[in-house]
Amino acid sequence: MTYQPQKDFGTPESRSDEAVSLTIDGREVTVPAGTSVMRAAAEQGTSIPKLCATDSVKSYGSCRLCLVEIDGRRGTPASCTTPVEPGMVVRTQTPQLAKLRKGVMELYISDHPLDCLTCAANGDCELQDQAGAVGLRDVRYDVQATHLGQEKDHSNPYFDFDPSKCIACSRCIRACDEVQGTLALTMEGRGWDSKISAGFASDNFMGSECVSCGACVQACPTATLVEKKVVEVGTPERSVVTTCAYCGVGCTFRAEMRGEQLVRMVPYKDGKANRGHSCVKGRFAWGYAQHQERILKPMIRKSISDPWREVEWDEAFAYTASELKRISAKYGRNALGGITSSRCTNEETFLVQKLVRAGFGNNNVDTCARVCHSPTGYGLKTTFGTSAGTQDFDSVEDSDVILIIGANPTDGHPVFASRMKRRLRGQDGRPGAKLIVIDPRRTDIVRSPHIEAQHHLPLRPGTNVAVLTAMAHVIVTEGLADEAFIRERCDWDEYSHWAEFVSQARNSPENLQPVTLVDAEELRAAARLYATGGNGAIYYGLGVTEHSQGSSTVMAIANLAMATGNIGRSGVGVNPLRGQNNVQGACDMGSFPHELAGYRHISDKGARALFEKDWGVTLDPEPGLRIPNMLDAAVDGVFKALYCQGEDILQSDPNTAHVSAGLAAMECVIVHDLFLNETANYAHIFLPGSTFLEKNGTFTNAERRIQPVRKVMTPMNGLEDWEVTQRLAQAMGLNWNYSHPSEIMDEIARLTPTFAGVSFARLDEMGSLQWPVTADAPDGSPIMHIDGFVRGKGKFVVTDYVPTDEKTGPRFPLLLTTGRILSQYNVGAQTRRTENVAWHPEDLLEIHPVDAEDRGVKSGDWVKLASRAGETTLRANVTDRVAPGVVYTTFHHAVTQANVVTTDYSDWATNCPEYKVTAVQISASNGPTEWQEEYEALSARARRVETGIAAE
Amino acid sequence: MNSEERLIYMANQIATNLATDAAPVAAVADHIQTFWDPRMKRMIFAHGTDGLSPVAAAAIRLLADAQNGG
Repeated sequence: MTYQPQKDFGTPESRSDEAVSLTIDGREVTVPAGTSVMRAAAEQGTSIPKLCATDSVKSYGSCRLCLVEIDGRRGTPASCTTPVEPGMVVRTQTPQLAKLRKGVMELYISDHPLDCLTCAANGDCELQDQAGAVGLRDVRYDVQATHLGQEKDHSNPYFDFDPSKCIACSRCIRACDEVQGTLALTMEGRGWDSKISAGFASDNFMGSECVSCGACVQACPTATLVEKKVVEVGTPERSVVTTCAYCGVGCTFRAEMRGEQLVRMVPYKDGKANRGHSCVKGRFAWGYAQHQERILKPMIRKSISDPWREVEWDEAFAYTASELKRISAKYGRNALGGITSSRCTNEETFLVQKLVRAGFGNNNVDTCARVCHSPTGYGLKTTFGTSAGTQDFDSVEDSDVILIIGANPTDGHPVFASRMKRRLRGQDGRPGAKLIVIDPRRTDIVRSPHIEAQHHLPLRPGTNVAVLTAMAHVIVTEGLADEAFIRERCDWDEYSHWAEFVSQARNSPENLQPVTLVDAEELRAAARLYATGGNGAIYYGLGVTEHSQGSSTVMAIANLAMATGNIGRSGVGVNPLRGQNNVQGACDMGSFPHELAGYRHISDKGARALFEKDWGVTLDPEPGLRIPNMLDAAVDGVFKALYCQGEDILQSDPNTAHVSAGLAAMECVIVHDLFLNETANYAHIFLPGSTFLEKNGTFTNAERRIQPVRKVMTPMNGLEDWEVTQRLAQAMGLNWNYSHPSEIMDEIARLTPTFAGVSFARLDEMGSLQWPVTADAPDGSPIMHIDGFVRGKGKFVVTDYVPTDEKTGPRFPLLLTTGRILSQYNVGAQTRRTENVAWHPEDLLEIHPVDAEDRGVKSGDWVKLASRAGETTLRANVTDRVAPGVVYTTFHHAVTQANVVTTDYSDWATNCPEYKVTAVQISASNGPTEWQEEYEALSARARRVETGIAAE
Repeated sequence: MNSEERLIYMANQIATNLATDAAPVAAVADHIQTFWDPRMKRMIFAHGTDGLSPVAAAAIRLLADAQNGG
């Protein structure tokens, strides 16, 4: 396969149902009404020359290259701005048009450098292509004034801006406006002085509002905006469609390659999650995949005080199996366990839990969803019957009211946030959706270009349930509930019980205001808007789940959606914005200690029998240990061995001191990862992992969309991760013989009813499938609970507000909440090993000016952050984004160790940690804490490798 | 908090959050039966009901009896 850019239809697709037939160059074509003549021509394979048009943005009509002749019309209209009409007869190639186009191109080229042979876009330049297409052979103008010779802007770490090559088509500006929604770019000056500017003329790209999503680079028809990697290595020669491995949006990309070298990741226009858009992480931050710190050989050691010793794979598997067998024989089979990774594929996750259940002989398997969205699984299964969100991402286009609670989509789920922002801005005369944001911080989406939330409820951290109950109070007592929907779709008695509860005076906004700190009138207005504003959709994130009442909050959200009839069609629903690329999949695959794949409880005899027959083993009918329970059992001396694939529990899990005590108490910690992560400081065996570029499999995103991950290069460590788990299982005596991940998916499909119709062949055919994929829904299920809830009747659950036991007091008067930033991902293992550190080199503590002044703290000062669990130091950022009494930080950097401070309080139903509420005190500091110094020394010791070269 | 204290804390927390259920004792017992591993259950049975709220204590007794009876 040779390299071809994705076809550009020139103008966006029309969504009209009405068909229009016309004739272009003698051939009849039928397209939806509202389609441009340019796009209609492209649909039938006719390429009309163009420069300022591209199908990611609305037509603009400035370049005058796409002129056509239309029977019965005067002149030569621009095909990009002319909509098709029935019976229209269009000619795209005539002597008159050729002359006009040549004239236009001549003008463009008279002010463009003629360095094509040494230009980075040589062979991938639309200007070059169009000059060829119109047959331009010479330029007659002796131009005195040009805009050539301008200084390049190299400030962005991933792309260059060369204003001399700009043809002022403004595709980049429109992409930033329409696709990304940041509106960072503008056109400065006129005529020869026209120049694309990132913000003010004095700004360069790095210093501007630009979020480096790459939409402008994608839209640029020349080498004006070009990837540095293309400048460095040249244009790609082939491409493979695959799925991003960062967040739960699950963007589809074309990995564009030269041999086995990745040149660039280009968002795929047919990707149903991202629709051709990308963010700074997926588009650019993949340098970690070839980072020098990657460990490529297995390593073992007897004790964590020994240096690592590199070994061959055979020795690593034999040693690991012998250690696991020894520990099982000595302490019993329940002393073993495993953690599956939400970063790995469905197939890899399935194998790890299979190894634990069928090989270790217990159910001690858990996954990092424990610390993020386990309450989503519990809450939505209880109320609706399915542990997943109800919509696809396209649904947002039909929403009238968007309620965001405990989520920061512009940082955490940026590509979906762009789609959401497009709906919030409104388009083509359709007014934008209304916005309600419930968040302690004034997140970016509260107020951004052309978007202003109708209501921002800056609640006190930890009072989600109280706020949602107060909203329910307003909806029920003001008669705004959709009783017809409830009577038809839900259990009426349960609704009545719930309605009676929320109607109590103690649950009124006024009564709860002292607890939530949310203005009662504002809350009432928000509740009325959600209930009466048309299609209401709720989007939520970890600010909902990572609380002692995480599961209750999820159920309170479900209650609100049911009470207002906002379930079962496009534009509405309950939408968890899942964190990791495959956290939905990891949960689906039976990674929880109480559930088999497809959310069937381990005590379910029928489900167990299915697996027992297929696997030829007897399964333990009792639930196993969750991650925090494993650590407790380790401290108690009864849990001794852990296989941890692709998760860094020491950095990501709460109360670091407790995690390290648990790990230190184990005899065999196996870390299977790309890097010597923090958990590896306590590991005895290190199995090198492979990146998403090096393996085949599938990821499942936040909209239940199962998408192919395709291998584009040979694993640097020699094995794909599923092969590592299989070889380990074989060393333990299990008869596994998968030759390709597609065979693992076949096994998943035959054992999991909701995956019954999934196979690699079907995924290749369809691009992606949203589960359930069954005989009734062979093409998947974009929207769930359409005619009825999966559980039968929707269940209203009374969610009484129970304050967290993590209390502020004289010693710890402030509330710390934690979150993420756009440029970094989770514990930063990947993004810290890319140029993204340019945007976020360290975690900062956001503190309100009043609290800062009380403590004599200025922006940039080092401060000590102390809680009942521990203390750390970091630098302060004084800002009124946070309310007085609240401080905020990210946890992307190992050196900050924000989780030294977080406590081990957790969600009552699932033990999901309460990351979002910690009582703290801030004081001035002049250096790292004792913990940070000791930990740095431990890391240095723990990372020694016997070959004499430090691994990190 | 040691493991036993944590189990007591967890049982009480579950009971507090299920207090508004129509049958709270059965709901707490069911939750613990569904999500706790056998060792955690054994530990809390062995511990008895000290420190447990009335609902949590009743749930643990219900589970322990069912285990002994069955």
